[in-house]
Amino acid sequence: MKSYLKTFTKGIIKENPVFFSLLGMCPTLALSNSAWNAVGLGVATMFVLTCSNMIISLLKNIIPSQVRIPCFITIIAGFTTFTSLLLKALLPDLYNELGIFLSLIAVNCIIFARAEIFAKKNNVFNSALDGLGTGLGFALALFIMGTIREILGAGTWFGLTLPELSEPMVIFIMPAGGFFALGFVIAAVNKFMKKRPHNISCDNCPHKGMCRRGEGD
Amino acid sequence: MSKFIVEPSPHIRGNNTTDKIMTRVLIALVPALVMSVYIFGIRALYLSIVCVGSCVIFEMLYRRLIKKETEIDPSPAVTGLLLAFCLPVTLPYYMAVIGCFIAIVVVKQLFGGLGQNFANPAITARIVLTLSFTAQMTYWAEPFHYRTGQEALDTVSSATSHGADALSGATPLALAEAGEQVPGLWDLFMGFHGGSFGETSGLALIIGFIFLVLTKVIRSVTPLAFVGTVALGALLAPGESVILHVFSGGLLIGAIFMATDYATTPVSIAGKFVFGVGCGLITLVIRFFSDMPEGVSFAILIMNILTFYIDKITFPKPFGMVRESFVFFKKNKEGKKE
Repeated sequence: MKSYLKTFTKGIIKENPVFFSLLGMCPTLALSNSAWNAVGLGVATMFVLTCSNMIISLLKNIIPSQVRIPCFITIIAGFTTFTSLLLKALLPDLYNELGIFLSLIAVNCIIFARAEIFAKKNNVFNSALDGLGTGLGFALALFIMGTIREILGAGTWFGLTLPELSEPMVIFIMPAGGFFALGFVIAAVNKFMKKRPHNISCDNCPHKGMCRRGEGD
Repeated sequence: MSKFIVEPSPHIRGNNTTDKIMTRVLIALVPALVMSVYIFGIRALYLSIVCVGSCVIFEMLYRRLIKKETEIDPSPAVTGLLLAFCLPVTLPYYMAVIGCFIAIVVVKQLFGGLGQNFANPAITARIVLTLSFTAQMTYWAEPFHYRTGQEALDTVSSATSHGADALSGATPLALAEAGEQVPGLWDLFMGFHGGSFGETSGLALIIGFIFLVLTKVIRSVTPLAFVGTVALGALLAPGESVILHVFSGGLLIGAIFMATDYATTPVSIAGKFVFGVGCGLITLVIRFFSDMPEGVSFAILIMNILTFYIDKITFPKPFGMVRESFVFFKKNKEGKKE
């Protein structure tokens, strides 16, 4: 029982796909400009992730490992199409808001990562729990980002107008503000989780080859 | 000592300290402050005080938060004053405080504090404010509006409700883009036109420039290259006025005070020249071809980001050494050995 719980919860906080693995950055930054969009995409992704995890786990002995990527993508794309048609019928407004990013769930790296890391090695129930947990973590991250950006950038929350303390800072619903907000949220989460940053030395520096500091040791 | 580390300059230390340099920059900004109070009224002074005060307070609070010793240092005051000079005089005070937070905490301290920031704090804060509060940041007061009996109003919303005819102005560049009459040479030079309150007076800024060059705080190469490029571009472009392009907008304050920031601009003379020309070209491109009337702030920010690479290309050859060929020219390495 405890291991099931662990499988479920680790994706939400400890291995949160956005805040710790830094996966799925593209939809995170593009669609967290309002809480409603963020939650919509998060839930859609969670649904696709859970279903595809289950199916991949069921088919893990049939899929040859040489062609597993095409097989995975076929399964994931199938569920994505299903979700997108469902949303188009039930929530056309949200469907229009999400636009291309709904179809791009098919190539979301979180879903691939979970299929590759977890679903192809574990049983159906565990895979479903893992998909649900990771999807929930993704939705939660999007919700936090969407809340911060919508409140600061538009002065609303889920479309409700909040009491106006100041002019909304429009930059927060622009892409640049998304990067700002993501950086601050990750910093806050790391602080909260007492995660130490990686030791930054000259070896890890992207400018290592060009910089002259430390030459001649 | 086998450990030999090559660092950027300075290698030979004079008796200049950060305090001295920053104090001189503050002194150089005083004429512009006096002119702006004369042109735009006492609110310019208040806004400057708010910006300087909040920058100093943010710097102290942040250093206390991360448990670094607090040095009493005029550099946040310089940042605050420069940021204030880039704001329209009618901007609400709290927006200016937000700008100071971005300048000091986000741009400067998060990257390591004084001398470590990769972009000019004042410029970046101005850009963030412009993108965030576009209406308030592009609301230009008419010069001498305070003499017409109307107070410098606190917010734009109250300004519009008071009948904005005495207050609403436009920068000369915006007027030119709209094809309207621009102020004459004298008004442009003295600063009697709409704009951010510290940037309008060419005279005051040039006095500051001469002071800084004479006290050797800055080298004249970046401002001259920057302004020269813009002037040349305006001269060559059909139907553009050189005087207008040099004396309006943020060109002078940007070229003199922001493109000469030590931490964010190249070290060598050649690098400074490249930096100035690059800034000028980007400014011209934005002024001529984009729908924004002004591009100095974006030009400086973009060149700030490129500074590392400019420094790399223009690294001076140490005496007695063969210049290390840059990556692009690696093929010629054999040929060079002869």
